[in-house]
Amino acid sequence: MSGSEFKPVLLGRRGKPNSHKLDTYKADGGYQALAKALAMKDTEVIDVVKASGLRGRGGAGFPTGLKWTFLPKDVQGPIYLCINGDESEPGTFNNRVLIEEDPHQVLEGIVISSFATRATTAYFYLRYEYGRCYRVLKDAIDEMYANNLLGKNILGSGYSLDIHLHRGACAYICGEETGLIESLEGKRAWPRIKPPFPAIEGAFRRPTVVNNVETMACIPHILNHGPEWFMSMGIPKDPNNPRDAGSYGPKLYCISGHVEKPGLVELPMGITARELIDKHAGGVWKGRKAKAVVPGGISMGFMSEKELDTPLDFAGPGRVGCLGLGTAAVIVIDDHTSMVDVLYNACRFFAHESCGQCTPCREGTAWSTKILERIRDGRGKLSDIDLLLEISSSIGTIPGTTICGLADGAAWPMKTAINKFRGEFEEYIKSGRRSESKALAGAH
Amino acid sequence: MSELSPNAKKVIEDHLGRYPSKQAVTLPALHVVQEETGCVSRKAISEIADILELSPAQINDTLSFYGFFRTEEDPLGKKRVWICRSLPCMLRGGEELLAELCSRWGIQPGQTTADGEVTLELAECLGACDGAPCMLVNDELTLRVTADDVEKQVRGNS
Repeated sequence: MSGSEFKPVLLGRRGKPNSHKLDTYKADGGYQALAKALAMKDTEVIDVVKASGLRGRGGAGFPTGLKWTFLPKDVQGPIYLCINGDESEPGTFNNRVLIEEDPHQVLEGIVISSFATRATTAYFYLRYEYGRCYRVLKDAIDEMYANNLLGKNILGSGYSLDIHLHRGACAYICGEETGLIESLEGKRAWPRIKPPFPAIEGAFRRPTVVNNVETMACIPHILNHGPEWFMSMGIPKDPNNPRDAGSYGPKLYCISGHVEKPGLVELPMGITARELIDKHAGGVWKGRKAKAVVPGGISMGFMSEKELDTPLDFAGPGRVGCLGLGTAAVIVIDDHTSMVDVLYNACRFFAHESCGQCTPCREGTAWSTKILERIRDGRGKLSDIDLLLEISSSIGTIPGTTICGLADGAAWPMKTAINKFRGEFEEYIKSGRRSESKALAGAH
Repeated sequence: MSELSPNAKKVIEDHLGRYPSKQAVTLPALHVVQEETGCVSRKAISEIADILELSPAQINDTLSFYGFFRTEEDPLGKKRVWICRSLPCMLRGGEELLAELCSRWGIQPGQTTADGEVTLELAECLGACDGAPCMLVNDELTLRVTADDVEKQVRGNS
């Protein structure tokens, strides 16, 4: 299926009048998937989602149906579903658009997923900055209670569910699933050591599933059209790689930075970065060329211009040295921009957002920022380049020195910027010049 | 006299039934108090702690983790304006916008104008990269802003 023939699924109702209201959602076939799911056994719903190959859209790409099966069987007492709406990865804004434009699509997915996992309470953790989303969701949830789509005995099925909105307080780390759980519990959002994983001991020490907003939006469509339909889109799994789970379904790509038309585009998984920029974002702005492109939020690192034919599926970015697909937030950097300034910006972000719990992350992100400040101030040394590389290979869950992946996200921009643009860093340091960018110093 | 308003107490009470632990109401309680008073005072912390059956230190532990909350020594202005400086906004002038506002208003990020009207904050990614550079006023996003737009919207002049 080529991009030009593709009819949007998740954004199918974007821009329609009153698209956020229950009556228009129902008129477009909304909540039929829920009725269908409620007539099935919970395990059958899990089987459908498993068969679709849906992988979590939040960044890690873990198979959603498989995650649900990790919940213990025959558990006594409550199970919780937490929705991760803490979307904070630089470049990412698809949850914001999904919620503002079509909240019931997400909420229908949440009710179906709660039914499948036997959750009786769902907590929707929403970043504070999305005030409009908060109000849209609040109204939509009220409409659901008034129409027997939430509360006791939903649609006469005997199944009962409450959804509670929970607002964050401007901390990136709350997007890490156990940081989110700690924050929900009213504590500082320090990620937990795993195991135990949330499926065994999560929110309030109960079995818990944490799912992303875009993942939830996919669920009603999978129930309506079936797993085969979902698998007809995207990139099939590599038969020669038993660890590849494939990249199926529609995907929201956020495009920002130096393009003519930044925005949110929905396409079958696997479009190349070049096609996305040229065909769907009006090309690089001002007739310039791309120097580097972030494939999926800054944690994923950078692709160089010659790597832009890489498909943006779960496996593609990893083949060119990036951490992964991440949130599929594509940030384009033009050839007039200094990679020293870009890397400084990325490092400063992680220094600001490190929760401070693990020393390698707290110190590594802060010192990498200071080293780049020094370079930008014309006082860099050539040895700083290898020092940055040493930091980048020492922090994170991959070298095994931190509890969560925030530091891996800090390491990958450093590794890829230096490995792919080393000459630019050397030239910058040798020239002794100072950055023209007006960035205010300090990690704050 | 109680530091918490009747509305704040009601909001806190309403939230208690939503969670299996009282501590989970910490963030909702801090939010309602800061929305009403522009900060969370020590007395408010104690009163929240009493309702949630926690020590004031536990409330303060959570409060101090999130740079979002202000103490009574450092209250917010009437409007809180966040300017995004993360990569997508930086690439389209976010850093220059923040620097320009600092210069026009004579304050640094985190500070409030002398008339107490506006607190200026630097933000990491606000999730509106399709409209970079963007700003958040209290909790409403505005996309594609210039320094003049910001002044017009929050200071009522251009």
